[in-house]
Amino acid sequence: MNESTFIKFWPEQASQYAGQVDWLVVTFTGMMLLFVLPVFICLLVFSFRYRVGSKVPRDHRSIGNHKIEMTWIVLPFLGAMILFVLSSRLYYISRTPPADAMEIHVVAKQWMWKFQHPGGQREINTLHIPQGRPVKLSMISQDAIHSLYFPVMRNKQDVLPGTYTYMWFEANRPGSFEGKCAEYCGTDHSTMRVRLIILKPQEYEQWLQESDTSQSLARQGDDLFRQFGCSGCHAAGPDASLVRAPPLEGLYGRNVALADGSHAIADSAYIRDSILLPQKQITAGYEPIMPTFSNVLDEESVIRLVAYIKSLATTQPNGETP
Amino acid sequence: MISETSHVASTEPSYLEVEHGLKSWLLTTDHKRIAILFMIAVTFFFFVGSLAAGAIRIELITPQGDFLTPDGYNRSFTLHGVIMVWFFLIPSIPSVLGNFLIPLMIGAKDMALPRMNLASWYLLAGGGLFTMTALIAGGVDTGWTFYTPLSTMFSHGHVVAVIAGVFITGFSSIFTGINIIVTVHTLRAPGMTWFRLPLFVWSLYATSVILVLATPVLAITLLLVVAERFFGIGVFDPRLGGDPLLFQHLFWFYSHPAVYIMLLPGMGVISELVTASAHKRIFGYSFVAFSSVAIAILGFMVWGHHMFVAGQSMYASMLFSLLSFLIAIPSAIKSYNWTATYFKSRLTINAPFLYTLTFITLFLLGGTSGLFVALLAADVHVHDTYFVVAHFHYIMVGAAVSAYFGGLHFWWPKITGKMYPELWGRVAAVTMFIGFNLTFFPQFILGYLGMPRRYHSYSPEYQFLNDVSSSGAAVLAVAYALPFFYLTWSLFKGPQAIANPWQAAGLEWSVPSPPPKHNFPNVPVVDFEAYDYPPEATRGRN
Repeated sequence: MNESTFIKFWPEQASQYAGQVDWLVVTFTGMMLLFVLPVFICLLVFSFRYRVGSKVPRDHRSIGNHKIEMTWIVLPFLGAMILFVLSSRLYYISRTPPADAMEIHVVAKQWMWKFQHPGGQREINTLHIPQGRPVKLSMISQDAIHSLYFPVMRNKQDVLPGTYTYMWFEANRPGSFEGKCAEYCGTDHSTMRVRLIILKPQEYEQWLQESDTSQSLARQGDDLFRQFGCSGCHAAGPDASLVRAPPLEGLYGRNVALADGSHAIADSAYIRDSILLPQKQITAGYEPIMPTFSNVLDEESVIRLVAYIKSLATTQPNGETP
Repeated sequence: MISETSHVASTEPSYLEVEHGLKSWLLTTDHKRIAILFMIAVTFFFFVGSLAAGAIRIELITPQGDFLTPDGYNRSFTLHGVIMVWFFLIPSIPSVLGNFLIPLMIGAKDMALPRMNLASWYLLAGGGLFTMTALIAGGVDTGWTFYTPLSTMFSHGHVVAVIAGVFITGFSSIFTGINIIVTVHTLRAPGMTWFRLPLFVWSLYATSVILVLATPVLAITLLLVVAERFFGIGVFDPRLGGDPLLFQHLFWFYSHPAVYIMLLPGMGVISELVTASAHKRIFGYSFVAFSSVAIAILGFMVWGHHMFVAGQSMYASMLFSLLSFLIAIPSAIKSYNWTATYFKSRLTINAPFLYTLTFITLFLLGGTSGLFVALLAADVHVHDTYFVVAHFHYIMVGAAVSAYFGGLHFWWPKITGKMYPELWGRVAAVTMFIGFNLTFFPQFILGYLGMPRRYHSYSPEYQFLNDVSSSGAAVLAVAYALPFFYLTWSLFKGPQAIANPWQAAGLEWSVPSPPPKHNFPNVPVVDFEAYDYPPEATRGRN
């Protein structure tokens, strides 16, 4: 859509938010010119008018004036403060995903982007999203720090190892745009790009169905749950084992009492840490006997397991996803 | 008052002629000779760093990565950043012009700690050669920022060697900083009160405080990186229980103040150049002086604006954004006061003045573009793009390097006793202004279009602007090469300089050019204010 352009001076927009950022930037540019242009003009006028040899009055020369100083301190500051507030508001919006956003999981590694849709569809270096629906990206890196950047959304977020970070946007037009890694991550950093394909809602549904997927993310997690023997200790009900481990039904989103007396919310980060670094947070009343799975599970598998445990939040019996 | 002592009256040999031979230079404790040693060292490092910049700009002429390999490109920008920041920009003005001028400006015979001064040079030269060898022979591809865990776990180059070189050089900074602080406190001539100090001294004093307080943080951070890379001690790598953002906090806690280490001395030079070209006392002396102090203090409180998209708390980002707006105020104060100084002035247009105009213009563009990256929602878009590259090059190169070149021309007669060729000086200054804007202005647009920095290959839509930028770099190369040739030429063929060729105020102009070894025959007594120009400039013309 934009490949053939010879020269471009302004980037395309693909969300309402992008338009707001552009508006902010243009307004701020105008205000900065208001404070900077007078200096340029004065410099030019003074250096011409007061050059050596020119016969102009030079009496009553001032070497300082507090009123003038206060004026050029306070006025630019107040102007900038207005835009600081406007910009902080936009920043707040860009960092606060709406509750009903569709969540797509992103795993970054040298040098590719992997995406997992809630329905289990997987993509590499291409991301299909629907127009008109907020999309929340839940991101983690498997090695160095990366940063997912979509210029058309005017948004980016660093992707860290060991911690989930989030970004969201709502596309308002269909199209195909380039996203890229913005945080330098080693040899092939500049090839770590992603094609963002925004589809109309019905086209997106069609794409979901055509994409090769047999199972939802939670179902894939259910399989892993058995395959890696998690169910041996954590299973509830009739399958309950001899080893005492915290039950996982209804766990997600709950406030968990920890052995050291503190509390934690059982969110994705908590569950991920419990799988990979089980000694970090011990649930009160349980022995710290769980082994780490950091050597056998990659981040994508962890995301599936978290999706599975999340699906247990509504205490449905095994993994029937809505 | 400006002394008109003719250098003919002085029978004492100049500091250049008092001793001869290599040994007399390598073992000297004369601040003026050490300044020359620093000048030679930073000129060499500037040349090496520029070659790497040239390689980068050649690679970016085409969208494909066809000139260098990906690793070769990554190593080039790491070499460019490391050399330019630590071995050119940080030492340039403090160690060359500061060393030469501070004792002369405050009426002292030398710096307070002359042997430490020489040690500082050996640390810079030794650390620099060591770092450069590691960067060229082994290569490091982490960028000058050494972000973890890339630098500790995933980079293959000689990271530890380069870090060791930077660590050693840090002590050069600390030594110079301590020396300037002690000198300004203890060696001011009788009557030279704080508010009679030239603003250059205020600036360098503020810079030195930052050098002494911030550099140890860098040293500690680098040691932690080595501890993790060598011994697997988990500080920054989450797999070892560390926190990668901790590195960024520590690094920018040093590196943001370091921006002001590079800029404040330039502002000091410009305050001198503005008054000298205007032949008029500076407008708002105390505001300009205290703005340097304000920058030094606030500079320590804004590091988080490098991390708006790094994953730090949203509210922390808002606070850092607010503080970053605050630090723009002292910079604005300086620019407005410089401009006001020219009002009703008696202005001499010469090469130092053209560099001054270049500085103020590019500094204002760099400074206001800095406010765009302090503006949260705008920064989220342009962070880690060429917009940021353009922004800090306007400050570091457009402003700081122009100030260094301006200062070098202005004090060249004092340092060498020779006049530089004025016409060539003007040609170089104008060429620099044009070349610089051609190189870096397109990068603002590239960044807003979304081209990330540190990209070896890029989308074809960015080619045109990259080509403009690369052509500008060629013009800029000429502008930087010119002074090297004509200043060297002037050493041999330039006309003799008198003590005060600019009719400038300031103690350094009261001694012969070049000054004798101990600067002042008698301890000067200061009974006049800084920039003691006639209230109504009626004296002879330039």
